[in-house]
Amino acid sequence: MSEVGTDANPLRVAIIGAGPSGFYVADHLFRQRDFSVAIDMFDRLPTPFGLVRAGVAPDHQKIKSVTKVFDGIALRPQFRFYGNVEFGTHITLADLRKYYHQICYTTGAQSDRRLGIPGEDLQGSHPATEFVAWYNGHPDFRDCQFDLSQERVAVVGIGNVAVDVARILCRTPDELVKTDIADYALEALSRSQVKEVYLLGRRGPAQAAFTTPECKELGELADAYVMTLPEEVELDDLSRAALDHSPDQATIKKIEILQEYASRKPMGKSRQLALRFLVSPTELFGDEAGQVVKMRVVRNVLYATEAGTLRPQSTDQFETLPVGLVFRSVGYHGLPLPGVPFNEKWGVIVNRKGRVVNTDTQQPVAGEYTAGWIKRGPTGVIGTNKPDAAETVACMLADAAEDLILHAAQPEADALEALVRKRQPDCFTYADWQRLDELEVARGEAVGRPRVKFTSVKDMLAALGR
Amino acid sequence: MKVRTILATKGTKVITIHPEQSLEEAARLMAEHNIGALVVVDEAGHPVGIVSERDIVRAVAKGILSGLVSQLMTKDVIIGLPQDDLISVAHTMTEKRFRHLPIMEHGALVGIVSIRDVVESQRDQYQGEIDTLQTQIIADDA
Repeated sequence: MSEVGTDANPLRVAIIGAGPSGFYVADHLFRQRDFSVAIDMFDRLPTPFGLVRAGVAPDHQKIKSVTKVFDGIALRPQFRFYGNVEFGTHITLADLRKYYHQICYTTGAQSDRRLGIPGEDLQGSHPATEFVAWYNGHPDFRDCQFDLSQERVAVVGIGNVAVDVARILCRTPDELVKTDIADYALEALSRSQVKEVYLLGRRGPAQAAFTTPECKELGELADAYVMTLPEEVELDDLSRAALDHSPDQATIKKIEILQEYASRKPMGKSRQLALRFLVSPTELFGDEAGQVVKMRVVRNVLYATEAGTLRPQSTDQFETLPVGLVFRSVGYHGLPLPGVPFNEKWGVIVNRKGRVVNTDTQQPVAGEYTAGWIKRGPTGVIGTNKPDAAETVACMLADAAEDLILHAAQPEADALEALVRKRQPDCFTYADWQRLDELEVARGEAVGRPRVKFTSVKDMLAALGR
Repeated sequence: MKVRTILATKGTKVITIHPEQSLEEAARLMAEHNIGALVVVDEAGHPVGIVSERDIVRAVAKGILSGLVSQLMTKDVIIGLPQDDLISVAHTMTEKRFRHLPIMEHGALVGIVSIRDVVESQRDQYQGEIDTLQTQIIADDA
């Protein structure tokens, strides 16, 4: 066998997860010149792009334009996509070790962090990520039920996901129909009885994670007016001191907008979005049927940690919100992969700079790497995964140069493909996805929408005549 | 972004030393692990100070390398939490002029964050934001 990394015997890399991080890893690998590389990318869904397809809000189409960059990477001759192929089910770690020199896990953070309060699991209390996956047409979540006959909804959290959820709940059918929101979600949201949405942040306006444009967008909703409470958007002494010391213009602007919202009037709009600060839910209460009917929240004050972070501390003042639907959005959490060292508490694969590390020996596991949210935790924008992937790829290349790779017994693309097709006859290639993509866009064009998604694997197979 | 994000890819191993060990031993440990500071811990493993490469420079200048870590260590150590905001940490480190922040969770040392870690993390965050914005602007033009 010739040296690995040549055109005749390329460095074969398996990437698990076809989200942005997986594509950025592929991109960095293709851009370097030291090794000839062949990449196979696996995803448990038939469709690529991870949260760009199933997470980014449908009314933020522009953010999804990054998929054009991913298309360019996928069309390289040394790239193969295996959709609808699940790691651990259709293909195992032992298989990958036989067919690849390196494996990189980019599975993201698929689960939710819990609030850890009584009543969290009552009927009508959902992880926000399930609602997001549902309205974005994720096949695993299309059958979820959300009781949109409720008039009052609380969204716990004030990050991007929470803001997306609150905004989607406040959109009119006319606003939503211009998006690629799943058909069934469009229909359900068109019949929504929701009148009041509370967005609950445990810290103050200066610490809110949403961006200034996102904040402004909430004030421009067609049929919902946004409000804040003057006493909650007034800066406390600690936040003011921090801001005086390092005057961050974006934060100052955001606070100005939030303070302006305190003086807004309903103006005949039919929905109200209340942005609440310095409150944390402490308990959800249900009726006899186990359905959420109200939420108790405690008021917080801020204190500074030694390192200077302003954190919430509860007071003895409580308030009750009469909500019948609750979305919990206090962060994504990664899920472990079979046979891969995992830090349960932080929801990440145990790693150093992207090299997977054995928990017991603290030594790198030969040939295994990770990038993206499953590596560092759920933080940053899509592009943040690019430098993150670059760090991982630098480790992969350094190890390849030292011959610290898996000595694959059968590093052959066609042999692997035959195995995958035997195990999962319904696997999707990139060409299959491109065909689906065209069909979705065509279905959308017919009704004046960016696309109409296929939301079940069955429908996707049928669309391809399979 | 939080301190936890740095620790997730850096690992939670912290190289420590005891106050009664010598500064020379401290220098050797720093060289061996290629790091700029050691957390000084008591017998119970609780941090009682920090000794940095600056302290070693001072020890060399004063000719007291054989002296004890406790002689030169900084005793009032600021301790961080995994949930500390990186932006606050960056501010505090520059403001109070220190370069290493030991991180504790539930009474145990779970890592150490250097000013370099903070700068690299912020650089990657800004690079990522720029990249995302550029992609959208290019899409607008198309």
